[in-house]
Amino acid sequence: MKLTTKALSFTIGAAALAFAGIASAQETLTLGSAISLTGKYATNGVHAQNGYEIAKDLINKGGGVDIGGTKYMLEIKYYDDESTPARGAQLAERLINQDGVEFMLGPYSSGLTKAIAPVTEKYGVPMIEAEGASRSLFTQGYKYLFAVLSTSEQYLASAIALAAEKAESEGKDPSTLKVALAFENDPFSLDVRAGVIDDAAKYGMQIIIDDKLPRDLSDMSATLTKVEALQPDMLIISGHSKGAATAARQIAELELEIPMVAMTHCEAAKIIGKFGASTNNYFCPTQWAETLTYSDSLFGTAAEFDALFKATFDGYKNVPYQSAQAAAAVMVWADALSRAGSLDQDVVRDAIAATEMETFYGNIKFSEAGNNIAKPMVLRQIQNGEYAVVAPSKWASAEPNLTFK
Amino acid sequence: MWQGIEMLFQHPSVNVKYILDGLFFGSIFALAAYGLALVWGVMNLKNLAQGDLVILGGYFTWYFQSALGWNPILTLPIVMFIMFFFGWAMYALVVKWVIDKDLFTSLLATFGLALVIQQFINLVFGPETQTAVSELGKIKFYLFGGRIVVPEIRVVGVLLCAAVAVALIVFMKRSRTGQAIRATAQDARAAKVMGINTDRVYALTFSINSAICGAAGALVAMMFLVQPFYGITYSIRSFVIVTAAGLGNLPGVITAAFGLGVLEGYANNILGASYQQFIVVFALVVVLVWRMIRLRKARMVLE
Repeated sequence: MKLTTKALSFTIGAAALAFAGIASAQETLTLGSAISLTGKYATNGVHAQNGYEIAKDLINKGGGVDIGGTKYMLEIKYYDDESTPARGAQLAERLINQDGVEFMLGPYSSGLTKAIAPVTEKYGVPMIEAEGASRSLFTQGYKYLFAVLSTSEQYLASAIALAAEKAESEGKDPSTLKVALAFENDPFSLDVRAGVIDDAAKYGMQIIIDDKLPRDLSDMSATLTKVEALQPDMLIISGHSKGAATAARQIAELELEIPMVAMTHCEAAKIIGKFGASTNNYFCPTQWAETLTYSDSLFGTAAEFDALFKATFDGYKNVPYQSAQAAAAVMVWADALSRAGSLDQDVVRDAIAATEMETFYGNIKFSEAGNNIAKPMVLRQIQNGEYAVVAPSKWASAEPNLTFK
Repeated sequence: MWQGIEMLFQHPSVNVKYILDGLFFGSIFALAAYGLALVWGVMNLKNLAQGDLVILGGYFTWYFQSALGWNPILTLPIVMFIMFFFGWAMYALVVKWVIDKDLFTSLLATFGLALVIQQFINLVFGPETQTAVSELGKIKFYLFGGRIVVPEIRVVGVLLCAAVAVALIVFMKRSRTGQAIRATAQDARAAKVMGINTDRVYALTFSINSAICGAAGALVAMMFLVQPFYGITYSIRSFVIVTAAGLGNLPGVITAAFGLGVLEGYANNILGASYQQFIVVFALVVVLVWRMIRLRKARMVLE
């Protein structure tokens, strides 16, 4: 027994030595990220960080990134931005000026990304972000900002398209559909609203209620009272988790019967667990779902990513899309760096711009403005207490449950 | 705008809903405002942590339901009890030392307290929005050709608001402690000379306020939702109500809270949801200006 322990410790020691030998022969490349580890975005900030970590570890395990013939191990330097934009911008300066970071990963949320992008832009530091969906990030002419996720104005586009499709199949003109909108008065939700209004206009749908709810919204009964009186065919809501929780609770409390209810942040607000069967048939858009059939050579399929993630980090019943897209951002870095074959920031920037890859998270190809245009938003419906993908039909796993009166 | 006004006539039941909702939601704001009126009147303390006490109470209710599986309605007295002692501790640790300092010091101290409570909630319970589900039923009836659904939890809110109001009035008028509180409010020094332990009176007042906030918070968790940084909404609302009603005017506080609730519903309908909060503060400005004009008549110059 004693001998085995000794032998074992020897083996471990030798392995460690050998590993140290390999490691010292390799270079490390440090990516920097200010991320919300405390403050109001802490939960999602940690989801994003876990996504970065899982991809980084897997890439390093596979031998790192080959840049112009040298193997580089990836490392990520994090600072906690405390969920405040001003702090985020300071930390970006610090990463670039003091820590000498030349390549950045994004923070969590559009607000933080908005604060950091001008800094990275000023120093010509390319940044691939995964958590800032606001459309306004991509109308500033930023050259060094890239995002792997779908931008906010696309969030509910598939819901509108589905409604139009369904109306037509019932022999109705989509322009007879009446739409009620309830959106929080914040940049993200207003972006989503702008997309919805454009899409609704395309089909000639009538918007009969268009409420902008306060930022500290916790009650929308006045809006829902109007909904009950005017009987729209569709009610569309976006206001982060608080909007989803408020809407789900109050629609059930008032026993409203609306043919189609679509809202963002269903999962974050845990509406199924809280409000049970009353949430059946709600439509919820998401960036990513583990049932999708996307795949790549690093993680495999979306389902395999899901399994690996749950095995790596404790306490996840569902893998949040925030983690999936963060992992995808690190994959884009590895891919672009190896294609660039150089550590020159502008060469790397052009390599990122030329990205065209398939990942477990979806296809990635950047527009001129830097947002990902190859991945659609996925629309899911709550069916019997489970999320089922219902659109786009190419990846759908269930039929939407929807009839207009 | 005209569309909204038109709707009020086309669907008369909408009016009933706005008035009912105004009463229901107003009662929660009235609870938080009572507490503020109490500490403001007795201790001359402008408590900026008022809303954060509400949110903390809400988090207790949420926690008791989600982690321990308790019925949230039954948590209400427990939350009030916990918050009473929390208030006592807050008084002994912080408020006591700033109460006789100038206005600015006590404002800063309670603002600091608000930040500490927010971060405490954030660290202990996490930053997500949370709700407690009351599992109560609904009352349904038809009026003016429209269906009206009232969740029972909202009725509980109004009843509780009434009960606390009555209890407070009786307590203040009849009990010795109530008398002592009123005496201290009138003239702290004189009360001290008469043998009243003003320090204890202050501690008690602040703890009662904290317990009332806890009750409001429990209702907030069951009717709306709680989030660590939502306290400010309830603080502002309480200040608006108390300022508009005037200090030491309990019926005024209730009327102002209900009035604002109803006004909000109509503002949403006629002007749009984005004006809902604006109208609350605007109403305060109107009340203050009107009061100033009325006082001007009584104002005289000493020659």
